[in-house]
Amino acid sequence: MASNEEILAGLAEIVNSETGLDEADVQLDKSFTEDLDIDSISMMTIVVEAEEKFEVKIPDEEVKNLKTVGDAVSFIAGAQA
Amino acid sequence: MARKVVITGLGATTPIGGDVPTLWENALKGVSGAATMEDSWVEEYDLPVTFAARASVQPSEVLTRPETKRMDPSTQFAVVAAREAWADSGLSKDDIDRNKLAVAFATGIGGVWTLLNAWDTLKEKGPRRVLPMTVPMLMPNGPAAAVSLDLGAAGGAHTPVSACASGTEAMHVGMELIRAGKADVVMVGGAEAAIHPMPMAAFASMHALSRRNDDPTKASRPYDVDRDGFVMGEGAGALVLESEEHALARGARIYAELAGSSVTADAYHITAPDPEGLGATRALKAAMYDGRIQPEDVVHVNAHATSTPVGDKPEYTALKAALGEHLDKVLVSATKSQMGHLLGASGAVESVLTTLAIYHRKAPVTINLDNQDPEIPLNVVTGAPADLPAEGSIVALNNSFGFGGHNAVVAIRSI
Repeated sequence: MASNEEILAGLAEIVNSETGLDEADVQLDKSFTEDLDIDSISMMTIVVEAEEKFEVKIPDEEVKNLKTVGDAVSFIAGAQA
Repeated sequence: MARKVVITGLGATTPIGGDVPTLWENALKGVSGAATMEDSWVEEYDLPVTFAARASVQPSEVLTRPETKRMDPSTQFAVVAAREAWADSGLSKDDIDRNKLAVAFATGIGGVWTLLNAWDTLKEKGPRRVLPMTVPMLMPNGPAAAVSLDLGAAGGAHTPVSACASGTEAMHVGMELIRAGKADVVMVGGAEAAIHPMPMAAFASMHALSRRNDDPTKASRPYDVDRDGFVMGEGAGALVLESEEHALARGARIYAELAGSSVTADAYHITAPDPEGLGATRALKAAMYDGRIQPEDVVHVNAHATSTPVGDKPEYTALKAALGEHLDKVLVSATKSQMGHLLGASGAVESVLTTLAIYHRKAPVTINLDNQDPEIPLNVVTGAPADLPAEGSIVALNNSFGFGGHNAVVAIRSI
């Protein structure tokens, strides 16, 4: 099981490869759409890649609740438990 | 009087050069881009053909990670070549009407890597793992769309698809757009990235590919009696076409005039060329008529010449029918001998080479022609590049033919 720090680092890596954003910019309080300017197709790509990386399921209806990076980290941490 | 169309920018990424200066230097030198493939899948699938001509600079070396992740390799090649052509043209996005800037970017197959990778993912990991960018990455208009986005070209983005004639047909489409007044500038080109085990197996299955596995650099040998098929290549070529008045108004460097073009269909057989070359002859004659060109004006031909046993001769027959006795004086270059066959990109890259041949008045080298087929008595440039006439107006033709009976010809004239 990955720690919250490891999940954040893993997400930052995925976001970087998808968008080119600096991994250091991917912080818990950042909004995917407002701050990181991530479109819906990129968001779905990030979700699918996070599912694979952390071996969790993130249902489609849950994705709209993942507004910030912190939301995603918490959800993945919870889903792993 | 139709608007005159000129060529003001060139770009290319090919097996013998990742940019135009390197491509031209090697095309004059006479090098082979073919090599044994190192990929594990060659052995895994026991492919009957174990070599190909890979792009000498892979897009991952020049594009960002998100760009390569969100674009099929064919689109990556297109963007690399188009960016070079745009920079070369000296055009700036700020001083051009984006509604009069169009794109005609061809491909023969399109996003075959993306399509087949997604199919593998579906089978191995299920539908959830098929990424949402799959559709825009695999669509054949992907290269044209990406180039349009990159340049802000809002005057339409077209994708001519006519197998191995596609790249040259893109030149034809771009020319028509400018002549019709629908665009002032068109980024034309072609891209292909099909060095994947499935297309390699499929082309081998129809015996289109050379099987000279023990000697890849000698495999592409157009017009040679021992030719046994083409060598699969990859990459892209791009040209900036511009109305002459637009180019002159901004003081652009003009390489040459795109004087004439034509597209015909054999309506003979789905893959075999018409043995009498009738469709190709019609295309040649129509392109010359279109440019008000007499046989005596033509000094150079960049031939389609793929190195297949059945394909090379009908092109000679067509050239003879179109140019008559004058053909003996025409210097012919078969540049696929060096870079292999880039399928839907070949016509674009060869149009780049034809433009440079006119601009520098020099015809590039054909390699591997050790024993010329007596049934194809063309005046082929071998050994060293040949000088074209230093003075006066000169014309070169570029031929491309594709499965389906597609024939595309462009005529390029000195300024």
